[in-house]
Amino acid sequence: MRRSMLFLPGNTPNILINGDALGADALIFDLEDAVSPDEKDSARILVRSAVSALGYAGCEIIVRINAVDTPYWREDLREIVPLKPSLIMPPKTSCAQDVLTVDAAIAGLEDELGMQRGTVRLIPLIETALGVENAYQIASACPRVAAIFLGGEDLTADLRCKRTREGAEIAYARSRMVCAARAAGVDVYDTPFTDVNDDEGLVLDAKTAKSLGFTGKAAISPRHVPGINEVFSPSLAEINYAYEVLEAIRLAKEQGRGAVALRGKMIDAPIVARARQTIEAAEQLGLGGDRA
Amino acid sequence: MHQLVRKSTAGTMESSDVFVELEPAGQIEIEIESVVYAQFGDAIENTVRDVLQKQGVTGARVRLHDRGALECVLRARVETAVRRGREER
Repeated sequence: MRRSMLFLPGNTPNILINGDALGADALIFDLEDAVSPDEKDSARILVRSAVSALGYAGCEIIVRINAVDTPYWREDLREIVPLKPSLIMPPKTSCAQDVLTVDAAIAGLEDELGMQRGTVRLIPLIETALGVENAYQIASACPRVAAIFLGGEDLTADLRCKRTREGAEIAYARSRMVCAARAAGVDVYDTPFTDVNDDEGLVLDAKTAKSLGFTGKAAISPRHVPGINEVFSPSLAEINYAYEVLEAIRLAKEQGRGAVALRGKMIDAPIVARARQTIEAAEQLGLGGDRA
Repeated sequence: MHQLVRKSTAGTMESSDVFVELEPAGQIEIEIESVVYAQFGDAIENTVRDVLQKQGVTGARVRLHDRGALECVLRARVETAVRRGREER
């Protein structure tokens, strides 16, 4: 279960070495914006060495490479693909071809290294107006895409508007991204909340993202990780209700009844599907609920 | 091509990092400045020699300014310095 994804600057040892103690479900080792151009070589070697040696048990490994219009991304892949990270994040993905370019390069490396094709999956970062408009094409570009991720900061620069605490300026992009991802059958992650000292704002922002259908949310500060994890975990009430739904369905089947009601409301297929998702998430997180 | 052709550096003087200075030489010479030299000086030197050997470098003067770097950080910084030292300007 990936609720929170925490960015770690790729060339900063004192942050990198403590990555697995920060509570995030996934760590994004950043070779892009957090690394100056003359330290790109240093960062990719450090990330490779740290991930190989430290393992980061309990955290998924994601590496943000440099964009395909830079001279760095191929070397990033050459250094990082042998680590078999869960996901590689190509930034500034604006169309399906951007994904296919990275896909082909990774496939070549997988063949060269004797790895099964598709071992390393992709989470394209969509952070341009064109990318948002092409979100479905990006999400469904190839089977290697496991999720898409909205980058609000670059997007608002591209939209020529200011990023605000309330986030009205990215409301359209958020909804469009969720719809595109779900239509393509992949997960979808929300942009980080950038005010490190505003805990209340972070929780509100995460709740908004969850209510729209996002799978989880990224963070640029470890301080935001607990809030994101809490918002994106099923609550005890949700877990208990999910068990009640499945029990009601079981009883109805046993009694040969077609229509099922619970607490005065009809239970239809989407409600059952949501209940199963809730229980699956709760089980992954070791949250039992009262009925487990 | 394995040998160094120029001076190079890698890393920083920040906490948990190590600043590595490397230059071509006839043999391996290692100079270490570290707050944990008494406890880990030998281990640090062995790690540097291991990285140089794996990189095929047989002649280098290495100066380390260690700020408590873990072995994986030390390995990365020495490898980076070696790669940079091989590049023709």
